[in-house]
Amino acid sequence: STQTRALKYSSLRSTGLRVGQVLLPGDQFFCEAEETLSLSATARRDTAVCGPGLRRSGDRVLVCVGGLLRHKAPNVFWVQSHSKRYVPAKGECVIGIVTAKSGDVFKVDVGASELASLSYLSFEGATKRNRPNVQVGDLVYAQFLVANKDMEPELVCIDGAGRANGLGVFGSGGLMVKVSLGLVRRLLAPGSELMADLSGLFPSEMVLGLNGRVWVKSSSVQQTLILSNLLQSCETLSPDQRRALFHRVKQGTL
Amino acid sequence: ITSAMEVCKSTDISLREFGCEQNLLSRPDGSASFIQGDTSVLAGMYGPAEVKVSKEIYDRATLEVLIQPKVGLPSVRERSQEQCVRETCEASLLSFLHPRSSLTLILQVVHNDGSLLSCLLNAACMALMDAGLPMSCLFCGVTCAINSDGQIITDPTVAQEKESRAILTFAIDSTDHKVLMSSTQGSFSVYELQQCIAVCQKASEKIFLFYRDSVQRRYSKTL
Repeated sequence: STQTRALKYSSLRSTGLRVGQVLLPGDQFFCEAEETLSLSATARRDTAVCGPGLRRSGDRVLVCVGGLLRHKAPNVFWVQSHSKRYVPAKGECVIGIVTAKSGDVFKVDVGASELASLSYLSFEGATKRNRPNVQVGDLVYAQFLVANKDMEPELVCIDGAGRANGLGVFGSGGLMVKVSLGLVRRLLAPGSELMADLSGLFPSEMVLGLNGRVWVKSSSVQQTLILSNLLQSCETLSPDQRRALFHRVKQGTL
Repeated sequence: ITSAMEVCKSTDISLREFGCEQNLLSRPDGSASFIQGDTSVLAGMYGPAEVKVSKEIYDRATLEVLIQPKVGLPSVRERSQEQCVRETCEASLLSFLHPRSSLTLILQVVHNDGSLLSCLLNAACMALMDAGLPMSCLFCGVTCAINSDGQIITDPTVAQEKESRAILTFAIDSTDHKVLMSSTQGSFSVYELQQCIAVCQKASEKIFLFYRDSVQRRYSKTL
């Protein structure tokens, strides 16, 4: 049986997919076996963790979103697509706009199909007596505690230990802009060149929400505006064009 | 079926020049333009967004398709085309993944030079994919016309449509190449119908290759 196993793997490898390849909905996903496979080793269960864009259908894994195949060692796979509409996912940090106060919850617009709820008790140091100072129209940076397709999404502004940890209501000043979800993920990627280029321009604060909202604040209104405009133009610029543009901004010739 | 396949082999399946651009509009969540020869359609996709309570479906998304003609207001013909496109989209979309939300697809006819319904279907598919909505498979539309000599012409122009005695449009899925939707006008025999389906299935392979090429072109620009 080890022989047949080896055969099966080699056939898989020949039809295997390349990471970075474009996949379309309906394509079948194969998990590629490791390059060196010992025939005598005890059968290890090859499990692949499938992220967004991959769905199990019977005994096959099918692609359901068009995009690029991505892989993270050892066994995580997902499909990266260019989308603009946000769908809440548990644990993600987003920038929301408080749109209503109803009793003991705030209704927050995060750009999804439903408003998310945010309890007034889920702020650092908040008690029944000591309510947080949140007004309608305020921006909040919050994390999803509950997010699934069948329930109302729920946000919190504290971590598991009850600390704010960067979450909470935004102070005055600053500007929020809307960009694509892909651009935010590119900015948040570890060792992002784009982020390094942007932060090299002016001293500034930047808050990135995975729902495509970015909040920028710099020392002056002018610099804040320049940064937010550059950020939005990064959407379509190639790395070379971006560096050229940033160089001109730095020299003050733009 | 074997005879239909033989005919299919002997028939030269010619499609007009295809063109497609995705993500060309900034406001919608997904957009695409699709061009087949001189026929051109622009599609905009919004969603998953908030849904009106009256249109809410508790276990899946509500899909709405609106077709805007080149001139004037949508009429009965557009309504029937909307229904064809909507039912095809519903068959391929995994709408149960976004319950209680609305998906709105707007199709603007830019120019009609024949095979309009198939162009609408193709534009719809590219817009759905651009919006990143989950789909079980892709679909494409193929129109064929049977002329007075009994010849099958794929992707006909308006002039060819006028001379033909029957026009058939099929929506075909990308995994099994089965028929998802059919819309026909004129008279034809059962044998001719089978022939047309075989021809359209053959043509759909070309279209799916074109889809893959155009998506690859789009993602090659990824930074």
